[in-house]
Amino acid sequence: MLRFICKRILVIIPTLLGIIFIVFGIMALTPGDPAKVILGEKATPEAIEKLNKEMGLDKPFLVRYVNYVLDLLHGDMGNSYRSGREVSEEILTRLPTTIRLTIGAIVVAVCLGIPLGILSAVKQYSFFDIAGTMTAMMAASIPAFWLALLFILLFALKLGWLPSNGSESFRHYILPSLSLAIPTSASLLRLTRTQMLETIRQDYIRTARAKGQVERKITFRHALKNALLPVVTVVGMEFGFLLGGAVICEQVYSINGLGTLIINAIRMKDIPQVTGSALFLAFFFMLVMLLVDILYAYIDPRIRARYQTRSKK
Amino acid sequence: MQDTLLEVKNLSVDYETDEATFYAVNDISFKLNEGETVGIVGETGAGKTTTALAIMRLLPARTGRITGGEILFKGEDLLKKPENEMRLVRGALISMIFQDPMTSLNPVMTVGKQIYESLEIHNLEHKSKQQLEERVDELLELVGIPARRKNEYPHQFSGGMKQRVVIAIALACEPKLLIADEPTTALDVTIQAQVLEMMHDLKKRFGTAMIMITHDLGVVAETCDNVAIMYAGELIETGRVEDIFEGTLHHPYTKGLFGSIPDLETSANRLHPIDGLMPDPADLPTGCRFHPRCSQCMEICKTTHPKRVSFNGHDIVCHLFTEGGAGK
Repeated sequence: MLRFICKRILVIIPTLLGIIFIVFGIMALTPGDPAKVILGEKATPEAIEKLNKEMGLDKPFLVRYVNYVLDLLHGDMGNSYRSGREVSEEILTRLPTTIRLTIGAIVVAVCLGIPLGILSAVKQYSFFDIAGTMTAMMAASIPAFWLALLFILLFALKLGWLPSNGSESFRHYILPSLSLAIPTSASLLRLTRTQMLETIRQDYIRTARAKGQVERKITFRHALKNALLPVVTVVGMEFGFLLGGAVICEQVYSINGLGTLIINAIRMKDIPQVTGSALFLAFFFMLVMLLVDILYAYIDPRIRARYQTRSKK
Repeated sequence: MQDTLLEVKNLSVDYETDEATFYAVNDISFKLNEGETVGIVGETGAGKTTTALAIMRLLPARTGRITGGEILFKGEDLLKKPENEMRLVRGALISMIFQDPMTSLNPVMTVGKQIYESLEIHNLEHKSKQQLEERVDELLELVGIPARRKNEYPHQFSGGMKQRVVIAIALACEPKLLIADEPTTALDVTIQAQVLEMMHDLKKRFGTAMIMITHDLGVVAETCDNVAIMYAGELIETGRVEDIFEGTLHHPYTKGLFGSIPDLETSANRLHPIDGLMPDPADLPTGCRFHPRCSQCMEICKTTHPKRVSFNGHDIVCHLFTEGGAGK
């Protein structure tokens, strides 16, 4: 198991190299000159050229790429063109906000989606099930930012219950988290429901019934653990998507998180900041997926066994 | 005369779907005495499993419907019991072994726990956890699995071993009746023999009555006291195992079943399977259900359903026979 985890961590390295390459490539291909952006429209061509040389932007693409990777090995992600501060510092100051937002959203989504999904499956074709799946279908098709705008209109402007922007207190996180959580919880509900329905039809559920077990215990003791496996993966993936996908939501609620940072960096063609942020998000996403895999092994003994036999070889 | 343990009277079961109604079991009756074994034999789709699930009241909730009849277990009609009482019957008085051991165990629960669960549900004597755990060990040893393996998961066992675990679960509370639904079909032939022998021993030891559902006549000959041949949801021939295997009077379908088995002593170039397929349970033929495939089909067979004719406890439902002797 330990060996499996180490292997998975090692796989992260080439993936990150690939991501840097892609981000670098995209930034190199997009029009716009960073020095021009920094110095403004009125700067002389000489000044621009000088600044480009200082920043090493006159060098070929591959050289820049290798230099970046070498710097990264020393823990240096470069300085932001925009603020002049270290990229890693910029990320770390904004990270807690985004993490809070994402965790809030994922917790709400899990707490809503999974229990309602189970209930829908257990009471298949009941009024609750039909109403639940229909609502979920609608919620899944609503874009988060639109929902965010509606929430601001209703809860902040009309009712005045919650603040519409900023990230100072717990209350500030409620609306953004909810607007991120609702579409996610809808897809979790649908997935949980399908998985539960699938599991309930399995032979071992019939075996449990033949033992005389009560339905409630059959649902929770036998069906749930089996049905949750794919749900766990999706929760992990959603978490990753939310980290990156919070961008629009952060904009709507004027939250100074990672998403806002990236958007601004892209606008300013702040190459080190964009690369660093993308790299960081990718790394975080892979960590979450690793956690999902470990959790998987914890839930399913068959997967655990596979890891164990593999590491014995 | 032994006491009757189970009596199924005129049981009918339908499956209703949006497209059609499937008449899976049609007006069947049979009796089972305490400690005896009845074999229900028939092709796939004859309604054997449906009969078993109906006795357990485990038919698929949305589609399966018992449309008539009684299932008397120790004189009490199981069909009239509310669900919470039926739950106390399942696993404690009547248990069931399912066809496919590969899928009948929960993959994420240790086998020990799955056996323990059965004991825990029916722990009427309020035994301690310790005592129940000891019983789990005892049961595992009983079915030939070392007790130290109880903390292993189903995927760590072979098919035959899994079926042993399933049997241990079924026998955990020493039920009065064990329904075995093709318990050896999914196993290798060598393992089949082992498992059958073990079931036979345990059955004798606990005095359990058994319904052995199978399409394997060899299994029937080895394990059963009585046999019921099932076709298209009906019992077309019932009798003692000697009547079926050695008697001369048979339903044409039964003859066909035996004709499908290769015989080493007579040299035949080919087997004699029964032509045609089991009728569609949504669209059963009129008259005798078997007439479209029957080699001895007469005019009357096509229109009139035959009556049960009894020869000293050996019942045949066929127009070829009349009360008191063979007609033609």
